Amino acid sequence: MATAPSLPLDAESLRRDFPILATRIHGDKPLVYLDNAATTQRPRQVIQTLVDAYENRYANVHRGIHWLSEQSTDLYEEARESVRRFINAERRHEVIFTTGCTASINLVARSWGDQNVRAGDEILLTIMEHHSNIVPWQQLAQRTGCRIRFAPIDSQGRLQVEQFEALLNERTRLVALAAVSNVLGTINPVESLIAAAHRAGAVVLVDAAQSVPHEPTDVRRWDADFVAFSGHKMLGPSGVGILYGRERLLEAMPPFLGGGSMIRRVTVDGFEPGDLPARFEAGTPPIVPALGLTSAIEYLESVGLEKIHRYEQLLAERAHELLEAEGDIRFLGPPPEFKAGIVSFTVDGIHAHDVAQVLDRQGVAIRAGHHCAMPLHKQLGVVASNRASFYFYNTLEEVELLAAGLRELKRVFRRR
Amino acid sequence: MSHSNEEDIYQEHILDHYEDPYHRGHCDHATHAHEDDNPLCGDVIHVELRISSQGRVDEAWFDGEGCCISQASASMLMERIEGKSVEEVKQFSADDMLKLFGARLTPNRQKCCLLSWRVVQAAMHSPVGDESARDESGATSASKPAQFGGPDLGEES
Ligand SMILES: Cc1ncc(COP(=O)(O)O)c(C=O)c1O
Repeated sequence: MATAPSLPLDAESLRRDFPILATRIHGDKPLVYLDNAATTQRPRQVIQTLVDAYENRYANVHRGIHWLSEQSTDLYEEARESVRRFINAERRHEVIFTTGCTASINLVARSWGDQNVRAGDEILLTIMEHHSNIVPWQQLAQRTGCRIRFAPIDSQGRLQVEQFEALLNERTRLVALAAVSNVLGTINPVESLIAAAHRAGAVVLVDAAQSVPHEPTDVRRWDADFVAFSGHKMLGPSGVGILYGRERLLEAMPPFLGGGSMIRRVTVDGFEPGDLPARFEAGTPPIVPALGLTSAIEYLESVGLEKIHRYEQLLAERAHELLEAEGDIRFLGPPPEFKAGIVSFTVDGIHAHDVAQVLDRQGVAIRAGHHCAMPLHKQLGVVASNRASFYFYNTLEEVELLAAGLRELKRVFRRR
Repeated sequence: MSHSNEEDIYQEHILDHYEDPYHRGHCDHATHAHEDDNPLCGDVIHVELRISSQGRVDEAWFDGEGCCISQASASMLMERIEGKSVEEVKQFSADDMLKLFGARLTPNRQKCCLLSWRVVQAAMHSPVGDESARDESGATSASKPAQFGGPDLGEES
């Protein structure tokens, strides 16, 4: 089927790079993969990078004097440079490889948090955070006695900016917020929120797990202090993530994990921590996943992140139209113009798991549950919801299959 | 749609139990009760039993909220255990419950199916006579973990 010429990108032809998207399930139904906020699929180019690395250029990094180790080390450091460029960080050693977004946030909570947060201090989150950006701060609060506050959302699922600003005060040590909500899809005005937090003297961590894969990222324009995201949500392998940190802050932070690579020197009496970025990369890092991430970045840049963002908004817009037309749907989150390619909803009278199960029988994969955002669901007054989340390789036809799946749902449940 | 019956979770008799459940509501003169939930899906099942002095389940009622599987399986279980002795109900295993349900379930959905079974097993050990163990709704507190073996239903997976 021809793609309408007005679409920002040609999903039909890009899809051919993704072997898994040709899967047929449950008889002969095409797999319609709409769970991209949980994790994306990978193109051949990324898979081939992993194969090449293991077949030709794999050894441990920063250790050997031998040729293969130098090859591997060079590639690994090139990967760091490619991430730096991708998020427009100023210096390469501000990019720390971790095992994922969750690990990145925990690193900040343990290292910066334990050093800088005291009883009576406040940490400001938003009610739309993923558990990964709540629990590490609750653990910090258990250790230090600091207080956690949550900025509210309005009835459309958008952050209440005046309330957010009103919650900032001289006790606020840290603000941690999602650039894009993994449930509501809401795009937060990161730049202005950071400016407000900085005026109050707070340090800001941006959970960019749902934004970096889908729109251009510029950590310097944001003026962010810390930025965390995962490789597996942006075509890369699982097991690698990034923590960007402002040099001045990273330099002053103690190591979190101890072990090989993170030291300058170890004696029986103690150790001297190493320089950035090694100080925060104890042990053998995710070497090959980091190379896969570079390849993913190259792929994303060749498609164009502006285009990806515009295209996904079109998919979300279409999904809103078609689902609305099916009726009995409650959307969680704002209208398409305020959000990314994430469409969460509940169907009146039918539990989210039943919705997902019936859709699965049609070959349509969506997520059902609380999506690791229980406080948000409590606030919204629903226990579980459904979420269709798009990536640039999804098509308008697939959005139609989602709507058709919901029609089948009503047939099964014999609703009028 | 061509699905073999066993594969189809939403087959007629399951939907019948879901839409027209057996003994959904309140049990008069209940002697035992328990409630629990499955935080992953938010399924909640509350069970009230009237157990005779001879140790027979004279009446079994449930109430709750959640997916089709959790609610339909509770209805089936109430029907099954009425008239059975306490011993027989205690011996009714998780596997028996999955068999009673009929349709083949993936491990995640088995948790939904086994919720009511778990609540019934705990209810057998939760007499309601003790006023201090009641809340406003007349149910015993659900905060105590059930004391029996069985799959852990609380994990997000
Ligand atoms: C907004 C947000 N933050 C954090 C995470 C955690 O990412 P990961 O599980 O890759 O560490 C996710 C992904 O589930 C997310 O959507």
